[in-house]
Amino acid sequence: MPKNMPNINELKKKSLWVRKETLKIYKITSDIRLASSLSPVEIFVALYYGKILKYNSKNTQWEERDRFIISKPHGAVSLYPILADLGFFDKKELKNVGQNGSILGGIPDLTVPGLETINGALGHGLGVACGIALGLKKKKSNSRVFVLSGDGELYEGAVWEAIMFASQHHLNNLILIVDNNKISMLDFCKNIIDITPLEEKFKVFKWKVKTVNGHNIEEVYKSLKELKAEKSNCPKVLIANTVKGKGVAELEKDVLCHIRVLKENEIINAIKRLNED
Amino acid sequence: MKTEQLKTMRDAFIEGVCQKMNKNRSIFFLSADFGAPALDKIRNNFKERFINVGIAEQNLINIAAGLALEGFTSYAYAIAPFITMRAYEQIRQNLSISSQIKPVNVNLIGVGAGLSYDLSGPSHHCLEDISIMRLLPNFMIFSPSDWKLAKHFVNFSINVKTPKYLRFDGRPLPPIYKKINNKILEKGFSELSKGKKVCLVSTGFMTHLALKVAKEIQNVGVIDIFLLKPVKENLLFEQLKKYEYLITLEEGFINNGGLDSLISKILRDHQSDIRVKNFGFNDKHIFEVGDRSYLHRLNKLDEGSIIKTIKGRIKN
Repeated sequence: MPKNMPNINELKKKSLWVRKETLKIYKITSDIRLASSLSPVEIFVALYYGKILKYNSKNTQWEERDRFIISKPHGAVSLYPILADLGFFDKKELKNVGQNGSILGGIPDLTVPGLETINGALGHGLGVACGIALGLKKKKSNSRVFVLSGDGELYEGAVWEAIMFASQHHLNNLILIVDNNKISMLDFCKNIIDITPLEEKFKVFKWKVKTVNGHNIEEVYKSLKELKAEKSNCPKVLIANTVKGKGVAELEKDVLCHIRVLKENEIINAIKRLNED
Repeated sequence: MKTEQLKTMRDAFIEGVCQKMNKNRSIFFLSADFGAPALDKIRNNFKERFINVGIAEQNLINIAAGLALEGFTSYAYAIAPFITMRAYEQIRQNLSISSQIKPVNVNLIGVGAGLSYDLSGPSHHCLEDISIMRLLPNFMIFSPSDWKLAKHFVNFSINVKTPKYLRFDGRPLPPIYKKINNKILEKGFSELSKGKKVCLVSTGFMTHLALKVAKEIQNVGVIDIFLLKPVKENLLFEQLKKYEYLITLEEGFINNGGLDSLISKILRDHQSDIRVKNFGFNDKHIFEVGDRSYLHRLNKLDEGSIIKTIKGRIKN
């Protein structure tokens, strides 16, 4: 068992709690991307509660922090309860998401304490992260740059410009996590443009690749820990195989879950079912 | 004008940046596989801080933005139409939007404003940049008319921590300014020739043409506007209001948000009845083959057409 291994059961409970909180936010405003926010929950929980990320909620610009760039921020509403719980901002804000004057909008951006960048338009996060990683190396900093990207997002050409750049410049302080939920807005990715085999693609681009079940919190935690400590001189990617809408049956089975609007009773039932888990 | 004084804006500017890089370790110079004689020194002397990102303007902007978020001053260097238009969303999201919340000191150096790349055709002509870059909040737009202004802007580019677009002409041009100081630079414009009733208002390369016209016709004023954003509007109006007739000159599409729109807006805000005629390109791309002055003649943007307008429509 690795040193300082967090209690996996606690992380599982946290994941369940984050899903419920995200549904509660959805109850306040349905104008968020619920299904995309449910697939990366274990990734967020491992990074924050597993203490993979170095952060300081009271000093968000702390120089030694790890930088976390969320390149698919539509799917990061589930980060709101985590950031509130860890003291980045007041928990009361969670009841206010999307309301007039709230500090928390439908797509998290850099005005939210704890977020580094704005990424509502897809395909930019990895490139900006490369610049940050380069800057950190120049400063001889030990901080790492984590990036969360969607698999559908990999259709954007600029992502591949960054993928090539990262290996050319040996950005081994850069760790990309692909929330590989296999569904874009309108269809399964394989029906739009099949990007498999993804692992091989990253390998030929000279990245270190690891694949996990993105909902197995223990696997996600251990892989991130391993990639963070890994000493080779190449950038690293964790392909986290996930389920879009994870935890809500109606969404899990619907290929159009990105745009599916849940009815009030469906939300209440989903929370109830999660309570029974 | 002595030929040895001919110089490109990019060389003058890059030489200045190179000097700064000696002492200032927080400067990165990024290029999208685009060179310049003056750039060779940076490439050789600062191997760690010069990065050729390849023919990848989108990534050029993103890398520059990431470095800036870590507190570095970055320069992103490419051909003007490509750096602005290929990477517009990167510019919008990671520079314009981000810099409203955090300091982002990224200096986009676009070489080849207007018809600098005359023979390369419409893909390389850059007639939209003033309009589209003026649209972006938090941006500064620098459009110098000579290399001396460009050189003086180096300090400014380091000290003013906002994203900037530097639109440089691609050709070696003679100097216009004799002495430049921070006061002139901060004002953003300069009355190069005092006139009576008519004033030519120009930017970049067109200021050279304006000065030629002013030499031909007595009492024609010339105002060179080199900071297209932000503009000290009241100060500029004080200068403009001395005239009865303004002629705007730009190597860009007119009636679409360029220099002409900038002037009209100021006049409108001051409820001014000064008459204005806009010279530039109409709403079509230029496929005709020829050098810059030929293309100017075809599009009635040449010295003769401007003089004809002044003589025909305005009684001095």
